Amino acid sequence: MTRFIVGRLIGALVILWLVSIFAFALFFVIPKELGNNPAVLFAGRSPDPATIAGVTRKLGLDRSYVSQYWSFLRGVFAGRHFNSGSDRSWCPAPCLGYSFRNDQPVWSEIVDALPVTASLSIGAAVIFLGAGVSSGVYAAVRRGGWFDRLSAAVSLGGLSLPVYFTGLLLLLLVSYKWHIINNVHYVDFTHNPALWAWNLWPAWLVLSFLYTANYSRLTRASMIETLGEDFVRTARAKGLPERAVIGKHALRPAVTPIVTIFGLDLGVLFGGAILTEHTFGFRGLGAISIDAINTQDLPVTMGVTLFAAFFVIVANVLVDVAYAIIDPRVRPT
Amino acid sequence: MTDPSDTAEKGDTAGKGDTGAGAPPFLEVRDLRVRFTTDDGVVRAVDGMNFSLQRGQTLGIVGESGSGKSVTSLAIMGLHRRGRRVAIDGQILLDGEDLVTAPAARVRELRGRRMAMIFQDPLSSMHPQFTVGEQIVDAYQVHNKVSKAAARNRAAELLELVGIPEPRRRLDDYPHHFSGGMRQRAMIAMALSCDPELLIADEPTTALDVTVQAQILDLMRTLQKEFNSAIIIITHELGVVAEISHDVLVMYAGQVMEHGPVEQVFAAAEHPYTWGLLQSITRLDHQLETRLHTIPGTPPSLINVPPGCPFHPRCAYRDVAGPATGTVRPELALTGPGHRVACHLPVAERRRLFREKVTPTL
Repeated sequence: MTRFIVGRLIGALVILWLVSIFAFALFFVIPKELGNNPAVLFAGRSPDPATIAGVTRKLGLDRSYVSQYWSFLRGVFAGRHFNSGSDRSWCPAPCLGYSFRNDQPVWSEIVDALPVTASLSIGAAVIFLGAGVSSGVYAAVRRGGWFDRLSAAVSLGGLSLPVYFTGLLLLLLVSYKWHIINNVHYVDFTHNPALWAWNLWPAWLVLSFLYTANYSRLTRASMIETLGEDFVRTARAKGLPERAVIGKHALRPAVTPIVTIFGLDLGVLFGGAILTEHTFGFRGLGAISIDAINTQDLPVTMGVTLFAAFFVIVANVLVDVAYAIIDPRVRPT
Repeated sequence: MTDPSDTAEKGDTAGKGDTGAGAPPFLEVRDLRVRFTTDDGVVRAVDGMNFSLQRGQTLGIVGESGSGKSVTSLAIMGLHRRGRRVAIDGQILLDGEDLVTAPAARVRELRGRRMAMIFQDPLSSMHPQFTVGEQIVDAYQVHNKVSKAAARNRAAELLELVGIPEPRRRLDDYPHHFSGGMRQRAMIAMALSCDPELLIADEPTTALDVTVQAQILDLMRTLQKEFNSAIIIITHELGVVAEISHDVLVMYAGQVMEHGPVEQVFAAAEHPYTWGLLQSITRLDHQLETRLHTIPGTPPSLINVPPGCPFHPRCAYRDVAGPATGTVRPELALTGPGHRVACHLPVAERRRLFREKVTPTL
């Protein structure tokens, strides 16, 4: 098992490295090859050639791509210097460069945004996993009953109504009609947990509505399939109460595929729930990446991209490990 | 009570009526009917079944696929999901208690404890994500209030009983670590965990290779001697029946065609369908040039069972039997000690045909 985990981790590192090369090429090589000098973006409005030259030197854009990539990689692990003659700055260890827009270290922008995105994702994930799986199981067990039909209808709504519609609707109600929460904003958990949750719940609901629908449908389908399996009949033949037949023997194989999807969804959510963050005005990774893209802030875009990739890859490793724990057949012997 | 098979006899004389000498049978099935409502119509999967079984006796139920063998056994175990689509009528008396009318919770209590079942495919019938030990412990603990450790000891004992080497170590293996034969042994261990008085084996050897088949049948025979349980073995192989059963019951289209002691039925079968089954057994002592006998035609749709004798469209002797065979359902009538046959052919005629036409081809 240890060897299995170590193997997956090494694989994950290799993938992360490939992603970094790809991202570097996408943000620094391709624009330049197409004739857009990234230095122009950094230098500000109508820059003079001297400024552009300075910026080019500072960011090392005049050097070879390999050397630029190497500096970038070293920056991530050991920190790096940025010098342009006069000003010489040290960017400490996890260095992803500086924002073109406000000259802030990309790392600190991400670190500031991360708790927002994490709060949003984890809270929503708890809701949609719990609600989705339990409603899916119930719908499968009472197939064709009123709950099954109701959940099918609600799921259809969840899947087809966009977040910027349901989100605005909910904001309208809680903020402008009922005045329950005035001015939804992010409050740090460590600062005040109650306010943290109070400000986040509308966003959790909206985000989890979308995902619950999906998880409910998937769980239902998976559960119906499992309930038809021979080993479920065996469990009944043993005289196990229906509760144990469903909750133990049928549930475990039924949620196995859900674990895979959940891991990946969570990884993607950590990279930023763009629409939800935007709708509720939270400054999470999603909002940052949208701003960065709109202002062509390459270092931030790249940093967020790498971060999102990092979460998806980590989630993948966790899924693999969880899978091996849940299903002994994929366990290495 | 309009059904002829119902009034065939008192029912308790069915099978080896001589074994108990008056003792009520442990299992008695009376006029069992199982119907499934489907979009295409009502499937009469079991249509008026009668038989009984004593402790320590083995009944082999044979018939082609779709003849209602498995449906019968699932009905006894209470494993059909009763509701709008499944209707069960008649009586299933287990030690005098009617399982058809008993509440589901009561049948669940009996399931696994007084009656247990083993299934055809031990790979798909065992849970792939729980260890063999966990699955046996599970079965034992439902009906016995014991500690986990005690249940584990019991599980190890059971694995040893069914001939699995190093039982204690194998408890922590998963079913996919076991070979096919070992899995079926483990299934049997699971079924035996609460010393059931009735064991139903639904094609227990079909998924296994021949040498393992013999071992499993041997094991079942040994266990029966030890526990004096009643066994129903469902199979489409008459060879298996000959080897292990005391009685044999031949089913066709959800109805009983012939029922009696194995020696009697094999030596003097009286139903043309049984003849067909006997003729289709592969015999190694026959010349290889002899073509294997087949019964012409296919089993009928259970939505549209032929009137009269359900076998008449495929019966080679329907003209001998007369026109009633196509209109009147034959009674399951006693023709010898414990031997019942549902056929319109006159008794003397059947015996002559078996002697003169069938025996030479066997």
